Amino acid sequence: MIEGILIGLTTALTLQNILMVMVGCFFGTIIGMLPGLGPMTAIALMIPITYGFDPATGLILMAGVYYGAVFGGSTSSILLNAPGVPGTVATSFDGYPMAQQGKAGKALAIAAWSSFAGGTLSAIYLLFMAPSLSKVSLSFRSPDYFALMILGLTAIAAFSSKGQFLKAMMMVVLGLMLASVGQDSLSDITRFTFNNMNLTDGISFVLVVMATFAMSEALTIILKRNDPTSAAKQVSLTELGSIKINKEERTKMYKTIPRSSVIGFLIGVLPGAGATIASFLAYGMERNVVNDEEKEKFGKGSVNGLSAPETANNAACSGSFVPMLTLGIPGSGTTAVMLGALLGFGVQPGPRLYMTNPEIFWSIIMSMYIGMVILLILNLPLIPYIARILAVPKNYLIPLILFFSITGIYVMSFNNFDIYLMIGIAVVATFMRLYDFPMPPLILAFVLGGLMEENLRRSLLLSNGSWEFLWDRTLTLCILLTTILIVVWHFYKTIIKK
Amino acid sequence: MNINTTKVISLLFFIFSVFYLYTAYQIQVFAFDENAPFNARTFPIYLGYAGLFFSGLKLILPEPNTIKVDHKNLEYKKTAILIVIAIIYGATILKVGYFLTTSLFLFSSYYFLGERRWVLMFLLSFPFVAAFMYLLHGILDIYLRDPFLQSIGVMG
Repeated sequence: MIEGILIGLTTALTLQNILMVMVGCFFGTIIGMLPGLGPMTAIALMIPITYGFDPATGLILMAGVYYGAVFGGSTSSILLNAPGVPGTVATSFDGYPMAQQGKAGKALAIAAWSSFAGGTLSAIYLLFMAPSLSKVSLSFRSPDYFALMILGLTAIAAFSSKGQFLKAMMMVVLGLMLASVGQDSLSDITRFTFNNMNLTDGISFVLVVMATFAMSEALTIILKRNDPTSAAKQVSLTELGSIKINKEERTKMYKTIPRSSVIGFLIGVLPGAGATIASFLAYGMERNVVNDEEKEKFGKGSVNGLSAPETANNAACSGSFVPMLTLGIPGSGTTAVMLGALLGFGVQPGPRLYMTNPEIFWSIIMSMYIGMVILLILNLPLIPYIARILAVPKNYLIPLILFFSITGIYVMSFNNFDIYLMIGIAVVATFMRLYDFPMPPLILAFVLGGLMEENLRRSLLLSNGSWEFLWDRTLTLCILLTTILIVVWHFYKTIIKK
Repeated sequence: MNINTTKVISLLFFIFSVFYLYTAYQIQVFAFDENAPFNARTFPIYLGYAGLFFSGLKLILPEPNTIKVDHKNLEYKKTAILIVIAIIYGATILKVGYFLTTSLFLFSSYYFLGERRWVLMFLLSFPFVAAFMYLLHGILDIYLRDPFLQSIGVMG
């Protein structure tokens, strides 16, 4: 491991990579602040830039954007009560009341330190867990992988759908259908191309991400007459108050941070869960753990209530890298985008990644530490000024997002057809968003489509066409039972709600 | 009659799945692969049935929380204009070149979204695109096709 850490540090501490972490964190913070534009959009917009870099640098940049966006989301939650990303909704429960009491500076400082501590602690957990899990996952076979992908897709549908499980499952199927367009990987037989040569190689991953996130979010903002930047204009630089945290507040944070970081990390590792669930769970747990006097303060500006979700959502970000780096299966929409980008670089994440490409594996982990330090420096003194920059009118913001999206496809293919296809998918996605059809399950399914078919092919060929492979191995059976448990739990929860 | 749009989308998805399944059955596989446990059409066929299953369930089951969209408050006109501008941009980018089409796309988008600060509009289109092109083409070495700039001798 020491050797790996040194390899990671050597790669992560190059001037170019430090610069990339800084650029990523800065850009991510700005995008994350804008309500409606989340980390997936931020990463998608960065993909064209990463074409010019080696895979390690590209991924370091995207990872920086990821935790920058989660950080940025907490700032708008505290200052404007408008969470930039779903993972920071719980932050607003106590962060915004604190800001209203004239303690916005303090709230931002608590959020920044909690995020820093959560991110750093979870990067340590990742450091120890990822190599061990990689070794374990070497024993995984095709049926296990197939079952694991079913679990991941079901979980993301169950967790990301706000009670609309069937809609999310329809999006999963649509994602898999889109992934099936083009040549079959084994026989080279073309499928669903309708004799169009442009579809022979399939639909590009970048195209689907840009269309369903960046472009469709921009169109949705215009269609719904939202102005994500209008609230930022109200931010006052003079009313933030002190950013100093006193001894009593620090003591509270010392207790909250370790437990919330563990919860956040573990939830982040689970496929489909992620920062949103982690932050809500950590908030709920913290409320149950503290004494009655402190419990009364929840929702009115509690230090514990602000620190817990902030620690957990950043810890979950690091946790979500575990399944991607060790199994090659992303646990969330955001890491699915990163996986797609890695595949685009010709790097296959999975159990062998840390042996075949140790510089990528370790430099991502090491860059997380650097990223956390940069975010702390960025968040504490600069946030009020960054929030000011956000007062860019949407009349400029939207065309720029469209421009980045189209440029991303243009530099990739130099093909008009891809641009038309992207606009077409974006229009459909915008319409479906209006009716709460979630997009992350579609992206995850699109990324996993090829791998899923490959593993099903191997499993069925090995078992001579029999579906017994699903319960032949204990591990496969356990994964499938977990999947069934998630579905049953989800329907039970829905019925109870009714 | 009040039609639930979510059900309409589910119905469209159901029809799409029928079409997808039909096309999946039409995929030509090699003769020796016809009766193999897995061939090029196996996975798409499962997907087709999965699409029918989930959209069928959505159609049959009652809607727990109906989503109502107020169409009167939606900005269809500006959205449609932006889409048309994007299509024109896509149609001309290869023939005319990246710099001119992108700058005009940005400038016209700002205009149609209601912006009238001409100097700022200009700065955030032509010089901005030139700087971005320099970043991609000059620094990151990402090739950008531009017949217009080539014709006037700016780009090699």
